Amino acid sequence: MNSVVSDKKFIELSSPQKIWLSVFALSLFMLFVALFGGGAKYPKVFLISTFGIGMLSGIVFIRKTYAYETAGIKNNFIMMMKHTAKGSTAWFFGILFTSFYVCLYWHADLLENLVRMVDPISYMLRAKAADQWFLYGTFYTACVLVMGYRMLLKYRHSRYQTVRTLSVMFFQLVFSYLIPSFLAKLNQPEFYFTYFWPLKYDALFPGSVASLRQSGNVGVFMLFWSVAMIAIATPLLTYFYGKRWYCSWVCGCGGLAETLGDPYRQLSDKSLKAWKTERVMIYSVTVLITITTILVWLDSVYGGGILGTLSASMKKWYGFFIGAAFSGVIGVGFYPLLGSRVWCRFGCPMAAILGILQKWFSKFRITTNGGQCISCGNCSTYCEMGIDVRWYAQRGQDISRASCVGCGVCSSVCPRGVLNLENGPKATRVLDEVSLVNMLHDKNKA
Amino acid sequence: MKHIVVIGNGVAGSTAARHVRKRSDHKVTMISDENPLFYSRTALMYIYMGHMTVKDTQPYDYDFWKKNRIDLIQSRVTNINTKDQVLTLSNKQSVAYDSLVIATGSCSNKFGWPGQDLEGVQGLYHLQDLTTMENKTKNAKNAVVVGGGLIGIEMVEMLLTRGIKVTMLVRENGFWTNVLPKEDSDFIGNHISKHHVEMRYATELKEIIDDGSRHVKAIVTNKGDTINADFVGLTVGVHPNTQIVSGTEIETDRGILVDSNLQTSIKNVYAIGDCAQIRKPVAGRRPIEAVWYTGKIMGETVASHICDQPKEYDPGIWFNSAKFFDVEYQTYGTILPNPPENQESFFWKSSTKEVAIRLNFEKDTQHFVGANLFGIRGRHHVFQDWIKNKNTIKEVLEQFGHANFDPEFFKKYELEIIASFNTKYGKNISLKSKKGLGFLKGLRFSGR
Repeated sequence: MNSVVSDKKFIELSSPQKIWLSVFALSLFMLFVALFGGGAKYPKVFLISTFGIGMLSGIVFIRKTYAYETAGIKNNFIMMMKHTAKGSTAWFFGILFTSFYVCLYWHADLLENLVRMVDPISYMLRAKAADQWFLYGTFYTACVLVMGYRMLLKYRHSRYQTVRTLSVMFFQLVFSYLIPSFLAKLNQPEFYFTYFWPLKYDALFPGSVASLRQSGNVGVFMLFWSVAMIAIATPLLTYFYGKRWYCSWVCGCGGLAETLGDPYRQLSDKSLKAWKTERVMIYSVTVLITITTILVWLDSVYGGGILGTLSASMKKWYGFFIGAAFSGVIGVGFYPLLGSRVWCRFGCPMAAILGILQKWFSKFRITTNGGQCISCGNCSTYCEMGIDVRWYAQRGQDISRASCVGCGVCSSVCPRGVLNLENGPKATRVLDEVSLVNMLHDKNKA
Repeated sequence: MKHIVVIGNGVAGSTAARHVRKRSDHKVTMISDENPLFYSRTALMYIYMGHMTVKDTQPYDYDFWKKNRIDLIQSRVTNINTKDQVLTLSNKQSVAYDSLVIATGSCSNKFGWPGQDLEGVQGLYHLQDLTTMENKTKNAKNAVVVGGGLIGIEMVEMLLTRGIKVTMLVRENGFWTNVLPKEDSDFIGNHISKHHVEMRYATELKEIIDDGSRHVKAIVTNKGDTINADFVGLTVGVHPNTQIVSGTEIETDRGILVDSNLQTSIKNVYAIGDCAQIRKPVAGRRPIEAVWYTGKIMGETVASHICDQPKEYDPGIWFNSAKFFDVEYQTYGTILPNPPENQESFFWKSSTKEVAIRLNFEKDTQHFVGANLFGIRGRHHVFQDWIKNKNTIKEVLEQFGHANFDPEFFKKYELEIIASFNTKYGKNISLKSKKGLGFLKGLRFSGR
């Protein structure tokens, strides 16, 4: 019991599932053929046989898996399957994803044939040749859309999950893929309206600011947008809705975690030690990027006279360790081993700022419904941020944690209707343990 | 400093131990032979279905108990010496106590059916039952679950995930009709049938047939039908586990008898949770209530009684919850299968979704007395206040939005419910408050 056992026993695929899974495997094989030369030689053929066939077979397979069971939570065998319980399949995918990221950041030349393969889309959308980042964006968007469809089916009994998933799919496709491409086509800066400093750490670096200012009115508007979003919209929206308005509704990193990452959400570490580590790390990264940004500006103002090469090297190292290694390689590459929100939980400086706002200056909380908790543990198990939700719920406390991204899955998996994401007067959050006896005799309203 | 010893680490025992620690500096020891740590019994089904591991169902890890100076002993208590206040454990250890709290829970019922002790025949209560079930269902193709209650339906759901064909024998004419009113029972029965369970109502188990190797092969019903089964779940209720006090002076009936302070017939010995039987229960309540929440309330009560001052057990307004496959169920106040003479019972069912609500109120005073909710979540505080404050059904319906605990964007049914009520009773009630936390404005909540 409880150990990873052979998948065969639990997963008996139906014939249509087998067929469509085979088609998907074929598209993966075509991806390898494309990588080793085919992609550059016959871009359109390989585009269709990789992305086209892959997305189609993925969607049909998902439909065959979810649409024929009744709507409701069916997390059957998640703790027993190799794929979702850190077995051999998980390691296989973990290493595959990680290797892809290593190539992407540091050896893009190795991906050249795949980059050429997406040239037709790039010319169509951006009127120029593709680069590795366009390839990455295309993969990313495909994953969010296909796995988003999976979310829509899996949680179709919950309108909250449906609306939220449509939101991340929309923001990824339109704001992180189509609009930047379209801007490129118009010879404007390839601007991402949904990424702000400090997550997009160089957004406010002197170089970025200067280049936007040179791009005329559009560039100035983008600059204004960047500053306004972090300085005005972020505190305001977080006050009303909590950090979820960004982390699980808009953000691309969150979007990938909520779609491609959903099968791995249970892998997050719930230990107290992990919580302690999380607090040290996320705030350290935030301090680091703040200092780096200040130094880069000082350097730009004083022309490097005082600081020498310090700011340049900090900028470089932040980009290497945090921007690439942490957020990409570890953050996404290790989804099947460490869970889906490693970057968001331990590293993202944007999440850190949103978290402080959420904890101290927000109407958001997850309400615990009186004394209804049965301590089953579904909420904690499926919290991608590793919050021990049950700790609070079984004590009648509301959950008001900086790290909560408001995905709402704790509420969805709760079998007793105990948890609800709500916005209300801040003073009505219940932050201490509630005695059940007192609650039943109405002694908690003071 | 006294030594408080708790036997049993289920929800009642664990709550008692934790609250003794919160309120005092007494030495606390908790003894259990089932599992080293407190786990959520209600989550057993999720372990079998692979939603969680045993570890995930344990609310507090070793560090927590250590930090709170609650000593855990995994052993069985073989003797209670109430005169010298000493326990003997199966590991030969002796433990002296100043106060003893017995929280040994329940045992599955068996009614002396022929073949009930065969291999592949079992109840579901302990972690050990789950291990047995895991082993016995590995190659099972057909199963029969006897008894149409909460554990029964959970067992059915568990077996179905393994692709096992399940037949359920229910003694009554509908599902859980000893608790649910007819429409509610039909509503759930209808949902169950969508999951391809063969329901046999008004059918009882007569005997279980041996395959020749002391393993179940089939069962025979009281109607003479034979149903092939390589696994049989017996889920015909539970009874208090009083084995531990047999041979002691502690008085028992069906359960361990306790007074209003939860004290047994022997001073300094208390019984809480499923194993306790209240001598004089408060009006409208049963002497034995084997549910999670009463165990929790008793645990807290006994702790405050031992540590602070004499405290009477008062379970407050009844509430409970369950989940039948995909449909959540909550109940607040008292809803009987058949309403008493002086009560009116209003049932509403959505025509499009699997959502239903029952609201009971008194005919003469119009006071709201309780609700059953299916597929819609209710706010505990609000229902409790309405019942306690004797709000009228009109007031309840006008404020119905406050009671809605469904997540954001969920379809709201308040208007439909009120319209249906108005039609049935010729009233003209209108909804005055919407869903949300606005009504809490100005209130401040504290923990203690």
